[in-house]
Formats: sequence, C-alpha cells, structure tokens
Amino acid sequence: MSTEVATPEVKPAEPLFSKKNRALITDPLNDNNPITVQVLGICSALAITVKMSNAFVMSISVLFVVVLGNMIISALRNVIPSRIRIIAQLVIAAGLVTLVDITLKAYVYDVAKQVGVYVGLIITNCIIMGRFEAFAMGNKVGPSALDGFGNALGYAWILVAVAFFRELFGSGSLMGVRIIPESWYATQGGFYFNNNMMILPPMALVIVGIIIWVQRTYNTKLIEQA
Amino acid sequence: MNLVNIFVKAIFIENMIFAYFLGMCSYLAVSKTVKTAVGLGAAVIFVLGVTVPVNYLLENYVLKAGALAWMGASFAEVDLSFLSFILFIAVVAAIVQLVEMVVEKFAPALYGALGIFLPLIAVNCSILGGALFMQERQYSNIAEATSFALGSGVGWFLAIAAIAAIREKLRYSDVPAPLRGLGITFILTGLMGMAFMAFMGIKI
Repeated sequence: MSTEVATPEVKPAEPLFSKKNRALITDPLNDNNPITVQVLGICSALAITVKMSNAFVMSISVLFVVVLGNMIISALRNVIPSRIRIIAQLVIAAGLVTLVDITLKAYVYDVAKQVGVYVGLIITNCIIMGRFEAFAMGNKVGPSALDGFGNALGYAWILVAVAFFRELFGSGSLMGVRIIPESWYATQGGFYFNNNMMILPPMALVIVGIIIWVQRTYNTKLIEQA
Repeated sequence: MNLVNIFVKAIFIENMIFAYFLGMCSYLAVSKTVKTAVGLGAAVIFVLGVTVPVNYLLENYVLKAGALAWMGASFAEVDLSFLSFILFIAVVAAIVQLVEMVVEKFAPALYGALGIFLPLIAVNCSILGGALFMQERQYSNIAEATSFALGSGVGWFLAIAAIAAIREKLRYSDVPAPLRGLGITFILTGLMGMAFMAFMGIKI
C-alpha cells in the first residue's frame, strides 16, 4: 500500500475540504515549513542534494514514512504509554524505513547506493519524530495523514530547490540530463567551468541559508527578533 | 597507532557536522549559548562512546551474515542484517533511557546540567549515524569502533561549541533582518565547513 493511494482516498470525504484541513497541507509549504521554520530534518536534506534524482527519491521515501507512520501512531495514540512513547515511535519509524530501504535496493539499486546511510537516517529524521510527537499523538487518523503529507511536501520542495541549484551549477545538468552544452566547456575549447564548490557539502548549507533569506524577505512575520 | 589515526580522522576529516551533516537539528537548535552547547556536546560524546561499541558487538555476533556461527553450525547461514535499523535504534533508545536513569540516580548535578538534552539525544542523527557508519566501514575490532565513536563525538562537540561561541558574538553585529537567527547560522556553518575541508587532503 503506497501513500499515493492512501491520501487521495481520504481527500474526497466531504469535511476534509474544510479550511482547517486545507491549512494542514498548505501551512508546511511556507509559514510552517519543516526545514526553514521548524528546523527539522536538516541532516538528510543537505547530504543528498547533489543530484535532483536523489532528492526526489529521498522526498518520496520521507513522504511514505511520514504519512504511514503518522497514521499508525495516530491509530495507536491511546494505547502507547507515554513513558515509553519515544521508543515506540522509533520502532514504528524503523520498521517503515526498513521497508523503504529494502524496496530501494530491489528496484533502484544505483540510487540506493548513493543515498546510502541517509535512508537509514530517515528514522532519526526529526521531521518524522517531530510530527509523530507534535501531531499524530494528539489527533485523529485522517488529519494526521494530511499533516504528514503536507510536511513531506514542504520538506520535498526545499530539497528539490537546493538540488536544482547544486546540480545545475555543479554538474551542468538536471535530473542527469545535460543543460549546459558540452561545447561550452573549457576542455572543449569553450569558456565555461563547472562550479566544483557546489558539489561539496558546505554549499548546501549556504544555499539553504539563502533560501531562508529570500523566504523571510517576503514573509516578514517569520523574522526572528534578536 | 591505528587507533589514534582513526580518532583524529573522525574528529577533523570525517567531522560529523561539517562533512556529513549529522545531528544538524540539535546543532542548530541548541547552539544559542556556549554553556548549553557544551552540555549537549558532552552528552553526545558519552552516548556515542557507549552505543557504538554495543552496536558493534550486536553487528558482529548477531546481525552480520554468518555472525551467528557461534551458536552452532546450523546458524552459520543466517543473515539478519535487514534487522539492523530496528535493532540499532532500539539499542540507542534503550541505552539513552538507561543512561538517563543512572545519571539521575548517581550524579544529580550532572543530571541537572544535561537533563533535558539526554532524551533529545535518542533522536540525534549523529548517534544512529555513528552506528551505521561503523557498520559500513567494518572496523576490525571493538577498540577501533570505540575510538571512531569517541572521535566522532569530540568532533561534534567541537563543532557545536564553536558555532555557539560565534553566535554569542553575533548578537552584537548588524545582520540583515530576514537573515537573522537561522539563516546566518546556516551560512556560518557552511563557511566553517569550507574551513574544515582544508583537512581533507591530509592522509593519516
């Protein structure tokens, strides 16, 4: 059962189009973005954004784990004793991540190798724990699924945006398709060089910093008071 | 000698924060003052130093293909490595809980200092990351794994203490309003990462 099937199933139900439920999906895209505002899930966001295809695979994996995990936690929320809830949450997350890991290894082995340990680290990706703890433990199954979906989308768009710049300027391609023509490169007698800095890890941080800067310039209520 | 190499390598060249971005969330959230940053850093060194060796034993005597051979010839074929995520995280969560209780009982002062950080550490990516890197790199004995774990912890400690010190000074500088707080911290970390990359060429 994939999330892509699960969520549209929930949507058509009438009250789910209410303002509150719509906000569950739209809020995390901007006002309450998991990466730029809640500061969750940074680790994986930065490490696998060298190529756009990796970013997509990671986003889909996170989407799967958050939505399904949110639904499971929400269904069990009255049964889990609060003292050991962290362990319970971690085990559910770990189970789902193991599924994702095995599936990736079976169907897209090349990508699975590049994404490497970071799939395993989805378990401790703070988005997962944060949403389990902050939302799923106190809400019904339907809204929890929507909340997971919204947060995963908010995570995904930052990931894809960072990967877009890093792949375009670092390798001159997008999704593995060459954008900057070969003949422009200095080695072929042209004038162009790839910016190798973009491939290195620190640039991911700088790009996220700049995205935050741009976002807060337009969304002034997010500015932090020093 | 090899142990020292692994230790130094884990601190500088394979720094958890600057080279792998592990434990970023707590790194950004808890680095507002040097005092709390040092507390969290110490807790991370400690928990890494305990969990990685335990997970190392688990990996080599239970999970790896053929690791169960000590139980008898009929177990020699068993490969439980698909269980490693669940077991590693369960070990981490359980040890963190245990450490919290022990520290609370026997060192109340330390508990007061580390208090809120200990439970947070269970979900710090650098702890699970340490276990997964240990698995990937296949250290040849438990001493090497421990030395790697302590090195990673010290590297993480260094990173968070440094950024906290910078952020304390930053309070007096005039950062553009939208960049204040989180934004500038990201960019600073990026710059520090670039500086740490100078260690990359060093072969030890």
